[in-house]
Amino acid sequence: MSDDPFVIAGVELASRLILGTGGAPSLAVVDEALVASRTAMCTVAMRRIDPRTSGSIIDVLDRRGVRVLPNTAGCRTAREAVQTALIAREALETDWVKLEVVADERTLLPDPLELVDAAQQLVADGFHVLPYTNDDPILARRLQQAGCIAVMPLGSPIGTGLGIANPHNIELIVSEATVPVILDAGIGTASDAAFAMELGCDGVLLASSVTRAQDPAAMAVAMAYAVEAGRLARRAGRIPKRFHAQASSPTEGMAVL
Amino acid sequence: MGRDSTDVVIVGAGTIGAAIAWRCARRGASVVIVDPGVRDGAWHTAAGMLAPITELHYAETALFRLSCESLAGYPAFVAELEHETGRDVALWSCGTLSTAWDGADMAALVDLHAFGQSVGAASRLLTGRELRTVEPALAPGIPGGVLAADDHQIDPRELHAALTVAVERAGVRTMTGRAEVLADERVRGVRLDDGRTVETGTVVVAAGAWSGTVVGIPAAVAAPVRPVKGQTIRLRLPGPPTLQHVLRASVHGNPVYVVPRADGRVVVGGSSEETGFERTARAGAVYELLRDAQTVLPELGEAVFDEVCTGLRPGSPDNAPIIGPAELPGLVYATGHYRNGILLTPVTADAVAALVADGALPETVAPFAPSRFAGAHAW
Repeated sequence: MSDDPFVIAGVELASRLILGTGGAPSLAVVDEALVASRTAMCTVAMRRIDPRTSGSIIDVLDRRGVRVLPNTAGCRTAREAVQTALIAREALETDWVKLEVVADERTLLPDPLELVDAAQQLVADGFHVLPYTNDDPILARRLQQAGCIAVMPLGSPIGTGLGIANPHNIELIVSEATVPVILDAGIGTASDAAFAMELGCDGVLLASSVTRAQDPAAMAVAMAYAVEAGRLARRAGRIPKRFHAQASSPTEGMAVL
Repeated sequence: MGRDSTDVVIVGAGTIGAAIAWRCARRGASVVIVDPGVRDGAWHTAAGMLAPITELHYAETALFRLSCESLAGYPAFVAELEHETGRDVALWSCGTLSTAWDGADMAALVDLHAFGQSVGAASRLLTGRELRTVEPALAPGIPGGVLAADDHQIDPRELHAALTVAVERAGVRTMTGRAEVLADERVRGVRLDDGRTVETGTVVVAAGAWSGTVVGIPAAVAAPVRPVKGQTIRLRLPGPPTLQHVLRASVHGNPVYVVPRADGRVVVGGSSEETGFERTARAGAVYELLRDAQTVLPELGEAVFDEVCTGLRPGSPDNAPIIGPAELPGLVYATGHYRNGILLTPVTADAVAALVADGALPETVAPFAPSRFAGAHAW
């Protein structure tokens, strides 16, 4: 047992790194990245797969013992997202869903009003909802009020790799969160993932930065270390930032030569 | 009715199956093809890009080598086929342009180009101005691209039609029906769904996306192949040819290709959807393909809309084909060609014909043996 367990809605996950599979060039690459990342949960777009087809991504995850978190990527309205979640629950026998309701293709930013609407409907229907949300502390609060089991604010828009555009907002979300905060979207490289954890996030969800890397398995290892390092640093308590230098060796009691 | 027997049975009359049948028959084997004949294979949808260089991906250098080998053999393969059948399969050595749309597309293209150089891919970076000198119909503002002068194209429908004729002339029998493989400790033959049986020592499964579903093959040796739906759109552009090269573009990270035929027809593609065996055309995919294609080639808006078609690519776990003997003696796979079935047709056909005739596969296809997915690496 870890002394720092990562628990969402009573379920302990062995890793704070959650992967997405979008953008991977092949299933073999997904498989290698899963193993390399040591992830315990992976999100899959329900609009993009047929879970009944043998040899699909779902089979790969099952074989690796990785929990499947279905998502509603590609949905633009609450209605679509709710329907997609229902299909996912039926097909995969899980009531967990990563809720994505994006406003347009250009930004893929969440549509806040549709998101809250869909979250309320799904929670009422017994789903465990993990919403992909803007980095807006008030929206995150409203999603928690709606009964979501985690909030997943973006660092920057999906697939941009721009890192965490507004760290202050992420800190604000973390500071008042009553459920796990998972930084979702925008991670470009390992330092972004470490930074998310240093800001106090409970986990990181990323896809493109691994699946579209030139060597996905190597990047998956880097992300695993980064998430772990960032978490350790957060818990270790960092030194305050100072304007002037402070010598690391004491100067009192030095010999007078 | 007497006992029916043959040297080799090929399951699947698509491009790969027909080419194998033709090559085996040419080497003196008696060949039977079994195919349900109810729908067209992936060749009917495929655009026919022969593009090892612009299909290159970071983790796929072994596939790149095989693709280059197949492309090198294409002219002779086509010459023989055209000579035997008197048909034109529209092999066009036109070269391929790969273009970026925004800065990030360009950065990705430059990185991939550098990787290509490191594995010996012959391609050249072009500025936007150079690109538009070569292809004036391209949209203004394209930041640059890559010219792969050795990436060509063929019309897969013409290729398949010619192979079908060649197979018939070579004395191959085609039986219509669904094949069940008959096997004990080795392959003994096939039984069709109407009850006819054919005895054989060798069954080659070249059933495309359906290769993993052939009845009678034990689950332990089933091919790890899944259907990956692709949509292509066929248009016609009036007037003189708009493009002199195959065009592959990345538009805000979305890939699209425009394959011009010499007669003004154009193939735009292709979507990639993991939705099982269903083959319906999805409106969103048509929209996205046309949107991105017209972004890079504005004149496409004036084209006549002929057809939208969908096919099922046979996807393997690592995107590379599965060629060679399975664990079950007498069972041979020639499948999993995914995006490259047309390109890899000559090399696959010759490799399997060599296996059937000589009992050994050429070295070049060794990395693509079914055994790479067996045992500890089971899929």
